[in-house]
Amino acid sequence: MKQPLLVFNDKGIYCAQADVYLDPWKPVEKAIITHGHSDHSRWGHKQYITHHRNIPIIKHRLGAITVSGKEWGETFQINGVTFSLHPAGHIVGASQVRVSYKGEVWVFTGDYKIEDDGVATPFESVKCHTFITECTFGLPAFKWMPQETVMADINDWWSANKADGNTSILFGYSLGKAQRLLKHLDPGIGPILTHGAIENMTEVIRPMVEMPKTRLITKDSKKEDFKGAIVLAPPSAHGSTWIRKMVPYVTASASGWMTFRGARRRRAIDKGFVLSDHCDWDGLLQSVAASGCEKVIATHGYTDIFARYLRELGYDARTEKTQFEGELAEMETTKETQANA
Amino acid sequence: MKDFAALIKTLDSTNKTNTKVAALASYFQKASDSDKVWTIAILSHRRPPRPVNTTLLREWATELANIPLWLFEESYHIVGDLAETIALIIPAGKKETTKSLTAFLEEMLLLKAKNEDEKKAYLHENWRQLGYYERFVFNKLMTGGFRIGISQKLMTRALSKATGIDEDVLAYKLMGDWKPAQITFEVLVLKENPSDYLSKPYPFYLAYAIEDAVEDLGEPTEWFAEHKWDGIRSQVVVRENELFVWSRGEELVTDKYPEFKALVGRIPNGTVLDGEILPFSEGVIGTFNALQTRIGRKNVTKALLTKTPVVLKAYDILEWEGADMRSKPFSERRAVLEKLYTDVKNDLPVLHLSETMQFSSWKAAAAERSRSREVRSEGLMIKRKDSPYLVGRKKGDWWKWKVDPLTIDAVLTYAMRGHGRRSNLFTDYTFALWDTNEDGKRTLVTFAKAYSGLTDSEFKEVDKFIKANTLERFGPVRSVTPELVFEIAFEGIALSKRHKSGVATRFPRILRWRKDKKIQEANTLEDLKSMIP
Repeated sequence: MKQPLLVFNDKGIYCAQADVYLDPWKPVEKAIITHGHSDHSRWGHKQYITHHRNIPIIKHRLGAITVSGKEWGETFQINGVTFSLHPAGHIVGASQVRVSYKGEVWVFTGDYKIEDDGVATPFESVKCHTFITECTFGLPAFKWMPQETVMADINDWWSANKADGNTSILFGYSLGKAQRLLKHLDPGIGPILTHGAIENMTEVIRPMVEMPKTRLITKDSKKEDFKGAIVLAPPSAHGSTWIRKMVPYVTASASGWMTFRGARRRRAIDKGFVLSDHCDWDGLLQSVAASGCEKVIATHGYTDIFARYLRELGYDARTEKTQFEGELAEMETTKETQANA
Repeated sequence: MKDFAALIKTLDSTNKTNTKVAALASYFQKASDSDKVWTIAILSHRRPPRPVNTTLLREWATELANIPLWLFEESYHIVGDLAETIALIIPAGKKETTKSLTAFLEEMLLLKAKNEDEKKAYLHENWRQLGYYERFVFNKLMTGGFRIGISQKLMTRALSKATGIDEDVLAYKLMGDWKPAQITFEVLVLKENPSDYLSKPYPFYLAYAIEDAVEDLGEPTEWFAEHKWDGIRSQVVVRENELFVWSRGEELVTDKYPEFKALVGRIPNGTVLDGEILPFSEGVIGTFNALQTRIGRKNVTKALLTKTPVVLKAYDILEWEGADMRSKPFSERRAVLEKLYTDVKNDLPVLHLSETMQFSSWKAAAAERSRSREVRSEGLMIKRKDSPYLVGRKKGDWWKWKVDPLTIDAVLTYAMRGHGRRSNLFTDYTFALWDTNEDGKRTLVTFAKAYSGLTDSEFKEVDKFIKANTLERFGPVRSVTPELVFEIAFEGIALSKRHKSGVATRFPRILRWRKDKKIQEANTLEDLKSMIP
């Protein structure tokens, strides 16, 4: 039997013909990296290939690495296999990987969303025979509202908190979600303050994306600095002593998981905004259809359910286990997961 | 409905009790009288009967969402709440409703009698039109209670804030068997009307557990002790030749315990007793497990009455000769109760007295406590002799001093997702013990389920283990690789035919995670059975 173009082994998604891995979870010689979240870009590969907008991000996270940057749609050959990167719309510099060999085309989505968020290069559908897709939110319960609506809600929430004399603390992952939120916050309402982890990552991304000004919270930040302000903080800051000096405050989280009332209540957060950098149910179905594929491989998320539904729709769909944060971290538990949410 | 949905949203989006009470109080100030009555009813578990069963709700929601039923079920397992699942999977409606909460509930009351087509049309129309949150609230009204961290007590506090009526008075007024569709706010809350009080019990006084040393209570001579009976806490009301039996959940359960009809005519009108309903036959108190056969039944058959008769073990008297006794000292109330008991006991085998004991030292009390399992009690109640009968759980005058629970080390074998706050985390566990079968092979036999006792972070850790070590899935349930050992505590134990293990445990919960133990070191079924008294 012919070896499939891409296989899933203990190190990652492997193309034997080119001897290259896509988003491997163990150290390898040559890795094509879709984006900068830690479950996709891991430490220890000899050579990294990624979109050039992702280079400053992974260098910031991984330090000195050997990396070569590509343009969107730029093709490159490795041992007769043609590769190219296409925008995934997930976060800045996030790509899908197109792999083609002897007329057969596979696409690996990495993480993606189809809505243009004004920060990441918007998702482009790529035709293929086999579509390897994430399905973090592969349940019909997940339906996103347009970003404009959600951001208007967030800005209204901030204004209302300010009027009540409360500081607004908004939790979002430091890479991706934080910049998306920042980009669409209304600086007319009040000052935008940041936690160090977010400030550092935002500085890395500023040369690529225009965003409102932020001020880093330091030991010297005074009580009055927080008046009427919104604070962008990573989820791990929730419940830490760091937020104590912001009293009185109200908290909110922006994530796809906020769809579930239980998720917000369990984390003891006052308010949840449903805002995700992944596709919702309809988005997943649309992108599968747009790819024109026959075969689908669902990687992380509600894979079994999504694949079963696709089979009912007539696709040859199956699941593969990966170490991308799917089922394992379903709701949160690790910081990494926040990358996915 | 718009205001009510907004209220629920506010209550749901804060963890601060004061914010909840303030939101509710401000709602009570603004809402129409009939909406207020319905809101009180809903928040005190008096919602109208379910007009449509959940099977049909699922089917019809699935139809509107245009997805297969299995996909709905999968989504429901993950979301963990039916009303929420339905609200999520149906494409969002646009309209805001102008209909009042009362109008919706009145429609739902009428809906019950309609045929399936009419019901379906009603649901589809509302699901299509309502926006997400109103749809969620609508579904909650259809399906069941709101678990939004508003206890009856908090609701009463908010109502007191809004009306200026004393909280305890309100608690009393809101008890009993009133129907929201047939009562006005004026009559329910505002007006004084003595004839309404015919069936009404008093709010129960609840004790706290002793956490520190019992010696901290001071002089033992200031206290009475009683055994803590393991039955159904109840008030028995006899007024104007009528009997009312109330359980602690403020449920009127008169019909379930026809034995107590004997009280009418034998004890005077204007009497309210506080006590415990206990199974009792052939001179001994039965197990809670036996009582369970009575709790669930609405129709009490003769056979059941013969098999599991009950008695009232009275320990307090709250009303005597039509007068409220609650502000009198406990010792005085006891004197009245004991006199009543002595007068009627020969005619009334169904009435028992919970004897008070006096100890000269706490050591002597502790010795009595250690005898608790022998007399089928859960430990001791310690009540201050001069204590009034208070409302709700109050510290200071009444204490429960339970015996230490029985414990056993068991293996986690199955897990299910939790509900509400814990939906999407595997927090409901099944535990097994070792048993040796005929060919001498050791197998794990399920013996109890438990879903409390771990911290949030421990739950997260176990959840992670379960997701990574799932053997098989059965809908919401997963079997997991036997690897984790937990110490399970429980209050009582009895033989049972209904349980696979042949043993029923009372109130099992997780005491601690025995990370130090391997599954081979878990206890056996035989160890468990040896604990049966």
